[in-house]
Amino acid sequence: MSNALIAEQVLNGLQSGVVLFLMAAGLTLVFGVMGLINLAHGSLFMVGAFAAAATAAATGSFLLGLVAALAAAAAAGALMEVVILRRLYQRDHLDQVLATFALILVFSEGVRWTFGSFPLFLDVPEALSGTLVLPGGIAYSRYRLTLIAIGLLVALGLYLLVAHTRLGVRVRAGEDDREMIAALGVNIDRLYTAVFAIGAALAGLAGALVGAIQSVQVGMGEPVLILAFVVIVIGGIGSIRGAFIGALLVGLTDTLGRLFLPELFALFMDGPAAASAGSALASMSIYLLMVAVLVVRPSGLFGSRT
Amino acid sequence: MSDPTLLQGEPPVLATDRLCKRFDALQASRDVSLQLRRGEIHALIGPNGAGKSTLIAQVAGSLRPDSGRVLLQGQDVTALDTAERARRGLARTFQVSALALEDTVLQNTVLGVLGARGRPLRLFGDALRDAEARERAEQALARVGLHGSQQLRAAELSHGGRRQLEIAVALAVQPKAFLMDEPMAGLGASGSKDLTGVLDGLRAEAPILLVEHDMDAVFALADRVSVLVYGRLIATGSVAEIRADEAVRRAYLGDDAAEPGPPRAPDPARVAALDVDRPPS
Amino acid sequence: MTRERALNALLLLGVPLFALWAVVVEQPFMITLATKVAILALAGTGLNLALGHGGLVSLGHAAFFGIGGYAMGILASHAQSYTPLLDGALTIPGTTFMPIIWLVAMLASGLAALAIGALSLRTSGVYFIMITLAFGQMFYYFAISWPAYGGEDGLSIYVRNRFPGMNTLDPIQFFAIAWTWLVVVLLFSASLARSPFGLALNAARQSPLRARTVGIRVYRLQLTVFVLSGMITGLAGALYADLNRFVSPSMLSWQTSGEIMVFVILGGVARWCGPLAGALLFILLEQVLGPISEFWHVFLGIILLLIVLFAPGGVLGLVAGRERVRV
Repeated sequence: MSNALIAEQVLNGLQSGVVLFLMAAGLTLVFGVMGLINLAHGSLFMVGAFAAAATAAATGSFLLGLVAALAAAAAAGALMEVVILRRLYQRDHLDQVLATFALILVFSEGVRWTFGSFPLFLDVPEALSGTLVLPGGIAYSRYRLTLIAIGLLVALGLYLLVAHTRLGVRVRAGEDDREMIAALGVNIDRLYTAVFAIGAALAGLAGALVGAIQSVQVGMGEPVLILAFVVIVIGGIGSIRGAFIGALLVGLTDTLGRLFLPELFALFMDGPAAASAGSALASMSIYLLMVAVLVVRPSGLFGSRT
Repeated sequence: MSDPTLLQGEPPVLATDRLCKRFDALQASRDVSLQLRRGEIHALIGPNGAGKSTLIAQVAGSLRPDSGRVLLQGQDVTALDTAERARRGLARTFQVSALALEDTVLQNTVLGVLGARGRPLRLFGDALRDAEARERAEQALARVGLHGSQQLRAAELSHGGRRQLEIAVALAVQPKAFLMDEPMAGLGASGSKDLTGVLDGLRAEAPILLVEHDMDAVFALADRVSVLVYGRLIATGSVAEIRADEAVRRAYLGDDAAEPGPPRAPDPARVAALDVDRPPS
Repeated sequence: MTRERALNALLLLGVPLFALWAVVVEQPFMITLATKVAILALAGTGLNLALGHGGLVSLGHAAFFGIGGYAMGILASHAQSYTPLLDGALTIPGTTFMPIIWLVAMLASGLAALAIGALSLRTSGVYFIMITLAFGQMFYYFAISWPAYGGEDGLSIYVRNRFPGMNTLDPIQFFAIAWTWLVVVLLFSASLARSPFGLALNAARQSPLRARTVGIRVYRLQLTVFVLSGMITGLAGALYADLNRFVSPSMLSWQTSGEIMVFVILGGVARWCGPLAGALLFILLEQVLGPISEFWHVFLGIILLLIVLFAPGGVLGLVAGRERVRV
């Protein structure tokens, strides 16, 4: 196995990790501040992808597509929050799960109704197509590198937002004590809608960025959502730092697992058996990682004790 | 409130041995050693933020101390969780009622009997038709005056009724010791009086370690009183002794039991009345 | 509460009567529908043990449904191809004998529930929900990537499994088998709810603090009910795969987990016949709305939303009033 292959897979791991971070950050923020578990977050991912694909197809501009993705997802998120989710903050988790599951149905079928069952395509913009040669002689997709860069920038931006702005202060205070910040005169409704819209925009961005790599289709959001849950469990609910570390861990475990596990099995099994055992185990590797973390730290790496 | 007859050398039913607990910068329990003897009602008093809840939690098993031990009937139970301690005879009531609100008064009480048995619970058979369990539950309810309300849902009880139910459930466990956290909380004058009567009668079954702010109840019921201030036990003795104790008067009792004032930063220069800390988070 | 009892009687008598009527008017498709209702109700009743009685919001119950289905699929496929599962020191043949298949399905899903539960129950709240969802997904991806039994395409079984003394290919007889199981499990769940175990579990659902304080080992209680719940849902999976003569990874998907939960909630969580009412309603909606629009899931979603927001007791709650019946 060449170093180039390993390096490429590491970068792929980082790239998928970054996408997971964008999803997980929104989820964990919403949960930390509002105590709401939102299964429809994957739908926002999908909405972003579809908005980007449709807009890019209509205007020929990938950038406009990204903007559309952010706007559409944020708008869908805000609408979701104001019309439905707002009524669920005081309810128990079961109700939240069911209502947001219902939203998945509505969004998925709604999008299928609008766009049909065939996938849309989002093209990688000209400027970012092709590969870039990195130090060490490794050629890697320019687009994926940009994706990684965007993700890291967003992570930085989120950190600055939460740590250094007034909104961030309110968010952090809200995580600790909701009644308190209401008593202090912060407009809770608007804060919650804002937090939700930010999380939604992040999901939409993730969807749009991924849309150029995979196809844009109904149901693309849920597998990513579930992975984002794994990230949050590993990283700890409510912790953006945990989401970041967790996302990178998950992304790397997944890609490197798929690379190395079949090789590992090939050491003591032959050909096809090794390949299938290896890939089967690789598909479970993320969950095994989650199990390992849970055994040692039931509230996640950076979670606060429940 | 006669002094309980104490056989020399008999170990206290419940005891703590130098419990220490720190939350970041806050030392909530400092070397707290306290004993609950057979037949007594032992009140634990102190200003808000003194660490009473933290102490109770450590005795009950819901909080691990940093150091020190909790002993139940002479046995070290520090490593055991709440459920295990309950099976060994420690019954607890809560300041804010913890009840199965959808269930009836009877079901809540029968739960106490079932839990105390310690045996694995049967998957078949009707829980409420278990004669022994039912009888024990009904006796406990009769003691607190809830026998007639058996079929009411716990949610339908008045505040006073729920306090009574808490005690009935604790009784159903047939404990070796009671741990009660502000049982009088929220009760009016007549409710307090009734409950005081009930508690008075309980001490013969099992001693009670009682956290309470209601000074009338404390002075009426307690055989001994311990005073906790800033996490440290500053005095233990009979009611009369405590009332006379200089340190206690300075730290806590000053005037008559007044309502705790608004939270103020502790000012060492001020010596009188109630100094109220921030409660530990 | 008499209203709920009346509704229960209506459901318990109505469905088999409908199946018998379908025999008379020679509409085997209707019998198959009734069988589907029975099997889905069985899956939902299994989930309801953990969800309604235990308060455990498990979003990964499809794992057990699918494991039961694959247990059937694996055993039957080896039988129909006359190859043993294991051929070495120990030879394990396949089988199409239903009782053995059910036993294996329940054991396998019970073991999975033990493993998943042992880990997940050390957490609570949202963590528990996410972890059970994740484990369901794990099994799903495993089934897709394991080529021996069809992988993503699934596994077709050409025979209907055998039950002594019955012609299991006859729709009404297969319905009878499924319905009998449902009734047995319903009786079991009612008995469990009344038992000391059920009392303690229910109390622990309302206030785990209260339960622990009187000496109840909550973890053990929850794990036990989780395993029982998994076993029943696994049995339903085996029956479902048998009905369709097909098992595929989609039985393990998050959508399936969600659907099973939908049956329970539609009917009314922790209501004795809630899952039956919910499964019936779901199948009815599928049959009525399906032909009208291929996007009928949108309406299902809206109905579900309305129920969650305005009628949290489900359909039975709406019609029969807010009280839970202690059967």
